[in-house]
Amino acid sequence: MVKARSRWPDGGEAAGRFAPGDRVRVAAREALGHCRTPWYLRGKTGVIASIHGTFRDPERLAYHQPGLPAQVLYKVRFRQREVWDRYDGPAGDQLEADIFEYWLEPA
Amino acid sequence: MIGTFLHGSQHMPQPKRKTMLRKGAGGRAAHDVGGLEFGSIDREEHDPALWEKRTDAMLRLLVGPSKRAFTVDGMRRVIEDYGQQQYDRTAYYEKWIRAVRNLIVEQGVVSREEIEARMAEVREKFEKAGRKASKEKIPW
Amino acid sequence: MTTHDHEHGHDDHDHHDHDHPHAPRKDHDAGPAGAYEVLEEAVRSLLIEKGVLTAQEIAASVDLMDSRSPALGAKVVARAWTDPVFKKLLLKDTRAALMQVGIDIGAAPEFSTVENTADVHNVIVCTLCSCYPKMLLGIPPAWYKSLAYRSRTITDPRGVLVEFGVTVPRDVEVRVHDSTADLRYIVLPMRPKGTRGWSEDRLAAIVTRDCMIGTALPQVPA
Repeated sequence: MVKARSRWPDGGEAAGRFAPGDRVRVAAREALGHCRTPWYLRGKTGVIASIHGTFRDPERLAYHQPGLPAQVLYKVRFRQREVWDRYDGPAGDQLEADIFEYWLEPA
Repeated sequence: MIGTFLHGSQHMPQPKRKTMLRKGAGGRAAHDVGGLEFGSIDREEHDPALWEKRTDAMLRLLVGPSKRAFTVDGMRRVIEDYGQQQYDRTAYYEKWIRAVRNLIVEQGVVSREEIEARMAEVREKFEKAGRKASKEKIPW
Repeated sequence: MTTHDHEHGHDDHDHHDHDHPHAPRKDHDAGPAGAYEVLEEAVRSLLIEKGVLTAQEIAASVDLMDSRSPALGAKVVARAWTDPVFKKLLLKDTRAALMQVGIDIGAAPEFSTVENTADVHNVIVCTLCSCYPKMLLGIPPAWYKSLAYRSRTITDPRGVLVEFGVTVPRDVEVRVHDSTADLRYIVLPMRPKGTRGWSEDRLAAIVTRDCMIGTALPQVPA
């Protein structure tokens, strides 16, 4: 368990479920409405690069709710060749995206 | 590279044909374009017009800590609900001002009728000043 | 910009715009008013009438964004190139580093700086909208907001970079950052060879907007 720093605007401190280096899979589910987890990453596996802290939940903020409880946000790093079947570039190329904890599962 | 592309809008290239159906929140929503094909990147620079700068300014004020009229996430949600065709055809700040309009109505700050009536007044003001004003309807 | 009524403010801003050394404006206020321009005025006047915003606040907010530009970002990069302590802070806590040089990025969102090295070239995109570090660099270029850039930079970053004139060697990792949440990314480019002893001002002059997005590299004039 990693203590995540509380950031804007005033989310509480939360214990992160994942730590840097953990392998995670982005949930392959459909969203209920507004969401910030891009389609192309659903079901893809990556590694936690860092923990950004806790942020109010955009999936609630989008509907005039306070966005609480605040959610832990991670920087997740993916190998491009694991994201795209036909990635042309070298094996070392990577992609990073910021993903909320409730979209991640252990891989 | 797939197909050729029309450049009807000065802000944003428009795909001539659908590359993949983006149908809404249940699947890939209209805004979620990562990995799709829209051809080459038009790198022409465009200075924002005054009304675009004001739209940007109003949005930052309305979502800011002193007003909190709505959230930037709320604005994104409204824009994402446009559907693929309108999403692709509406320029950046057009999406924004349309979303601001909808959100202030959602929040009960103004009514739809007040907006429509005020638009008619603004058009009349422009015309009186010798400036043509579009009567194009902006979808809700 | 706070003493005049907003009709005059309109004109002042218009003149102000002509000072920009960019391509001619396409949406000149003298042309026919588009439906969205009509909508903007309707929304603005109603918000002022209802007491939600004031004309002064809006004018000040336009001025604030006008004060943010790639030149400001270039100064930050030049400082990072010449001051290792500042660079360390910039990479660790971008908000605090910017505050140290008098740049307040406001309430939200957070900023993060990613460093280009001999092994990694970073490039920034927002596939879901057009997130951009506006409070440092100003309003993003049209291409950054285009469907073409947003869709392709993640699948073919090297191809996109070549279109922008940047060829990244295959032994250097290309790392794409998709700004999907509450962080805005800035690239700290590598200081080019042949700039030893240069002043901060001279260094800042070779840092363009695109260098800080990752679609260009600072060039030393021949």
